[in-house]
Amino acid sequence: MRSRGTGVATPVPRAGAARRIRSALAPLLWIGPAIVLIAVVVLWPVVEMVRTSLLKISSSGLTLGSRGAQNYTDLFSEGDLVDVMLRTLVWVVGVVVATMVLSLGLAQLLNARFPGRRVVRWAVIVPWAASVLMTSLIWKWMLDNYFGVVNEVLVDLGVIDKPVNWLAHPTQAMLWMMWVAVFVSLPFASFVILAGLQTVPGEVYEAARVDGAGTFRTYFQITLPLLRPALLIASIINVINVFNSFPIIWAMTQGGPGHATDTTTTFMYKIAFFDQNVGESAAMAVVNFALILVLVLLYLRASRWREEVS
Amino acid sequence: MTQQSATVARPVANRPAGARRGPVSVRKVILTGVGWLVGLFFVAPYLEMLVTALKPEHELMRSSYLPSKWNWSNFVDVWKAAPIWQNMKVSLIVAGAATLVTLLVALPAAYYTARNRFRGRNAFLLLILVTQMFAPTALVIGIYREMVSLNLTDTLLSLILVNAAFNLPFCVWILHGYFSSIPKELEEAAFLDGAGRVKALTRVTLPISLPGVVTAIVYTFIGAWNEYIVALTVTSSPNRQPLTVAIPSFVTQYQEHWQYLFATSLIAIVPVVILFIFIERYLIGGLTAGSVK
Repeated sequence: MRSRGTGVATPVPRAGAARRIRSALAPLLWIGPAIVLIAVVVLWPVVEMVRTSLLKISSSGLTLGSRGAQNYTDLFSEGDLVDVMLRTLVWVVGVVVATMVLSLGLAQLLNARFPGRRVVRWAVIVPWAASVLMTSLIWKWMLDNYFGVVNEVLVDLGVIDKPVNWLAHPTQAMLWMMWVAVFVSLPFASFVILAGLQTVPGEVYEAARVDGAGTFRTYFQITLPLLRPALLIASIINVINVFNSFPIIWAMTQGGPGHATDTTTTFMYKIAFFDQNVGESAAMAVVNFALILVLVLLYLRASRWREEVS
Repeated sequence: MTQQSATVARPVANRPAGARRGPVSVRKVILTGVGWLVGLFFVAPYLEMLVTALKPEHELMRSSYLPSKWNWSNFVDVWKAAPIWQNMKVSLIVAGAATLVTLLVALPAAYYTARNRFRGRNAFLLLILVTQMFAPTALVIGIYREMVSLNLTDTLLSLILVNAAFNLPFCVWILHGYFSSIPKELEEAAFLDGAGRVKALTRVTLPISLPGVVTAIVYTFIGAWNEYIVALTVTSSPNRQPLTVAIPSFVTQYQEHWQYLFATSLIAIVPVVILFIFIERYLIGGLTAGSVK
């Protein structure tokens, strides 16, 4: 990882009240616009979301007064909520664990020397740069019951006898969507780990070889521990991304049939825009937000950001 | 597969020069084969996109790996089949304007926090870091309600603002990193040579941190170009929808133009993939906020 310099000068304190005020306000000139933009577009919606979760909103968007905690009561008495929550947990844990394990291998591969490595790295980048929505749509098409290439290949290989309507069955649909989620998450995770690998000095491996450590032992006792920070950061960012992932499910099953493949994100969206119940949807959003907040706190601890900036 | 490639890859990568230099080792052949297969795996869905985009419409509803006739005219016809020019224009305006706003806001903030210590500096950097963790998805209901109360639903301005704000943290971080790594003395030298503060910034600091600036620009542009959920939520008129929202309407219960859907997808994907490849090696530092050392 590129190291950041610490050549930061401390302003020399000077006398004079006007000067002091000016020096206290000077930063605002530079960082003010950023604060305003974040306040208006990020913080305001947070406040608006919490406020909405306590209001009665008509389907046309009019505020019809306060509802107290009624939106939350409604939400928690939704028959599908527990299933959706559990499914979200499986979705996040499954996708992230698979992504991290696979990306360890992928990063090693991308770090190894072989002809054409540059092109392979570029190929791995493609799902990262491409719109996740469009990637999900091509997977949906490839999984098509009648004309999808996945069924064609599996039938021709004799794995299945006749085409399977993969996305119509909740469990199969869920597994395929997790597959797509892993597919689009792998590039980022692998490149973070690759960056971690490149910081390991070659002498470490030479020393291990001199000590007679085999390939396997070297990997588990030297490489992996040194990758810990990279792994940690990649996992947490991955957890947050996967938790928030909307386009995959929206494009492939829209959470259906019914709520059978919904995660909390698509569930929230459907309450707002299918059931026209913005208040209850906001309650779901607040619950989601609280969960992410916990993840962010974990991230802050892991990233030791304070040491970084000072 | 993972473990295998891991154990295969390691010794080759760190082999000291001269050691074990056979003609062409079996290990290297296998490694190369696996590498290329993995590369193919990641582009395969996009190749299938291309194959589908080139099929004549009647062949879509027939099982065949490849089209009998490569219908390159699909890439021409798609512009007539739907007003995707308009949607592309929206995507371009939103992504372009969001990038401009982000850069104008991020540059001074990143520069100042890299060069000065002041009260609230840590609080500001914490705010940036926390914001980076919040995707618009988590806040979409709040964003929607805000845009309703500001009367900004179905406007490009709302999309520009949202994309600018959510990409700001990454830009601030990566630029902050670049500015911090440039010795202050370099700038002071220019300053002493009679250049003003602004001139020192534009003539000395900015050129050196150009990779960071380019990375920030490309990353924001692609992020805004690919943004989906907010655009889906706040826009309703077809002529104000970006490509991501417009594309799925090629396939509805009334029509199934998968070939056009994927032709348009490729038109949207190919340019950003090329842009992304240019900034690949600078990306990780900004994304992980320098926490991996």
